[in-house]
Amino acid sequence: MSTNSYTTRRDFLKGSAAATGALVIGFTLPMTSRFAQAAAAATPGAGFAPNAFLRIAASGQVTVICGLSEMGQGVHMGIASLVAEELDADWKSVQLEQAPVDKAYNNPLFGMQATGGSTAIRGHYEPMRKAGAAAREMLVAAAATQWGVGADRCRTQDGRVMGPDGKSAGYGELVAAASKLPVPQNPTLKDPGDFRILGKGLTRIDTPSKVNGSAGFGIDVKVPGLLTAVMVHAPVPGAKIVSVDDAAAKAIPGVKQVVQIPQGVAVLADGYWTALKGRDALVVKWDDGPLGSLSSEGISKLLIDATTKPGAVARNEGDVSVAVAKTIEAVYEAPYLAHACMEPMNCTAWVRAGEAEVWAPTQGPGPHQGIVAQLTGLPPEKVQVHTTYLGGGFGRRFAPDFIIASTLISKAAGAPVKLVYTREDDMRGWYYRPASVTRFTAGLDKDGNPVSLTARVASPALSIAAGFATELPKGIDEAAVEGIGDMLYAFPNLRVEYARVEPGIPPWFWRSVGHSQNVYFIEAFIDEVAAAAGKDPVEFRRSLLSKQPRLRGVLDLAAQKVGWGSPLPQGVHRGVAITTCFGSFVAQVAEVAMGANGKPRVQRIVAAVDCGRTVNPDVIHRQVEGAIAYGLSAAMYEKITFKNGRVEQSNFNDYPMLRIDEMPKVEVHIVPSTEAPGGIGEPGLPAATPAVINAIFAATGKRVRTLPI
Amino acid sequence: MISLSLNGKTVQLSATPDTPLLWALRDELGYTGTKFGCGIAACGSCTVHVDGKPTRACVTTIEAVAGKQVTTIEAMDSNHIGQALQAAWIRNDVPQCGYCQSGQIMSAAALLARNPKPNDADIDEAMRRNLCRCGTYNRIRAAIKDAAATLSA
Repeated sequence: MSTNSYTTRRDFLKGSAAATGALVIGFTLPMTSRFAQAAAAATPGAGFAPNAFLRIAASGQVTVICGLSEMGQGVHMGIASLVAEELDADWKSVQLEQAPVDKAYNNPLFGMQATGGSTAIRGHYEPMRKAGAAAREMLVAAAATQWGVGADRCRTQDGRVMGPDGKSAGYGELVAAASKLPVPQNPTLKDPGDFRILGKGLTRIDTPSKVNGSAGFGIDVKVPGLLTAVMVHAPVPGAKIVSVDDAAAKAIPGVKQVVQIPQGVAVLADGYWTALKGRDALVVKWDDGPLGSLSSEGISKLLIDATTKPGAVARNEGDVSVAVAKTIEAVYEAPYLAHACMEPMNCTAWVRAGEAEVWAPTQGPGPHQGIVAQLTGLPPEKVQVHTTYLGGGFGRRFAPDFIIASTLISKAAGAPVKLVYTREDDMRGWYYRPASVTRFTAGLDKDGNPVSLTARVASPALSIAAGFATELPKGIDEAAVEGIGDMLYAFPNLRVEYARVEPGIPPWFWRSVGHSQNVYFIEAFIDEVAAAAGKDPVEFRRSLLSKQPRLRGVLDLAAQKVGWGSPLPQGVHRGVAITTCFGSFVAQVAEVAMGANGKPRVQRIVAAVDCGRTVNPDVIHRQVEGAIAYGLSAAMYEKITFKNGRVEQSNFNDYPMLRIDEMPKVEVHIVPSTEAPGGIGEPGLPAATPAVINAIFAATGKRVRTLPI
Repeated sequence: MISLSLNGKTVQLSATPDTPLLWALRDELGYTGTKFGCGIAACGSCTVHVDGKPTRACVTTIEAVAGKQVTTIEAMDSNHIGQALQAAWIRNDVPQCGYCQSGQIMSAAALLARNPKPNDADIDEAMRRNLCRCGTYNRIRAAIKDAAATLSA
């Protein structure tokens, strides 16, 4: 098994055209008509186009074609596993190919070809299994016909069909006959008890290429005549160029062109180093525009002020003005955060006469194709998007800025151009998890029982920034309140309000989106309420979750596995937090010791996860572990701040991130489940921070209500 | 022209002497396994070996490595430590996005070359300047120990 890079895909396309007839089960993707062919396969109402996802060669090689972007979450492995399971493929003969843009590869949960929102397995669990099962039935039918026996007398295993009297044929031998048969529309799926791949822990198919330097990321793309571009970007969002002096830049040997676009000024050279020297020699004057006086202090004040007034009502149950014996109030605040993907933002674009080609580490090849088409005036089918491996995504690579800039530069330069952001450009790229403030008020009766909870959330509106909406339904931005507005705690009286505050820095998707801050807020505050009630944090949560068996189940499992209540070494303290998001349920207990410097040392996190049926438990473990690291890194260190409209951070020296010597031990326990699969790329993140914050309270009696710690 | 030994072969570079080794490798020689992460020696993605020592290629000029032996991730399958690490990385399914892993393996190889049985503190010290945004740190630690065990077996 192996994973093809974008270059291998191009080679294949040439190869398949030359070897017509050798390849079977439809979908040989001839260079000229592949868009039309794949589109035809996905006619409305058919609901299922198996041929777009699978190809079997006469050699028996199985190629699974995946339209989702591999950014580390293991989606290539997941999709290949789903197809291979139902196909009964020989796993060693399975390889993965990245799909072109085509509506056949639209994410069923998005209606466009994009990866994010922990949707891959949720959206493709059944369609990909059906794709494999349909092919399997066709291969069986071909063998049965060949042998003159009933299909019911044949079975499949490891890429072979076995019939009566020791008859046996490899899939490769059957593809010619199978490809002439009709594609079954409702193939029979396996009983999960018969799974050989799903739910097991096979090694990821992209791993070998990622340990020897051969994996092809966007930044590694090579095309003939390629120029590298490095840009001067706007220092303030919305700033306009006043003047450009490029004389010094053009005087540098090796600088080929200087190109001005609305987003900035690019210097083009044969390689990055010369382009960077040229960029640094540019003198660009900007008019900062209205955001030139923006500061983090000002943004913080706007957000906090907004929570002192009533907002739009996101949820209202009972009456929160009911009398209570004790009131607890707290204001929580979270900062802007960068994604800081290890691979700096980059895109290679080649705008030619009548067509364009883009090679990009993108989470949104579908919408990005549309953007390139708009910018070039080309019909979308004349724009090819090659999705490379992504050196991290976390939501950042769904943004179009790098696609737009590289397309405009290539168009102006008349050459293939790889635009590379410096790390500083990347850090100051104006796509951030937004700052947010929530003001909570809770009421207890005289026995310490929870009576009421009010939450006022103030934050920018992501649905508008992302272009999903032009106005907010009932004044509510879903991403701004998720994690609080949809909480499963059964407060008899509950009210959640939202105030939209737009300081000028547009919000963007960041791993686990609104949950990333809101679960910190609610889970830290619930701990405050539990303490005020004199209740144990686990027991207090349990008492509010009597009708939530899955969420209470993970809470109980995490508490049991960590030994909640059992003695700890001197100076070590525990904190708990839970979350429900992206269709999954997670509880985490953190064990924390306070260092001499007043900083917490997170020693261990025990996580319990209910994500329904599992595709690959090892991938689940790693995603939860990685999400915890991403969340802890933000909690401990990360903050993007603004002064005079400019981002104050620039690189990893002043935007520190979690390192190996600070990584806690992580245990992940998966709840066995027959429920539909939930997401797993993001659900491991939100509870990590509040679990640590609550452990810090246990250690010090102090509440951490702003981040980083 | 600057001459150096790359993965055991002599190569000539036409880039200006102030060019960082990272960009000479990537743009002039086509060795793209070594990654650009920060440009200021703050993330370790560009780690190569210069005369056996782990070195940040993004801040090391080609002039500074003229005549020296440079080893990159592309040659890690040709020595026993590199082979052991790559096998352990696969057994432990370490990479997620994979972008930082070339640098991680190069730092780990330098560690095992001077310390065949590193303990946790040794691993922390050798690896703490290599960032991983996917949070594969615990797998990296396990894989280094795994590789060390296979090398001493």
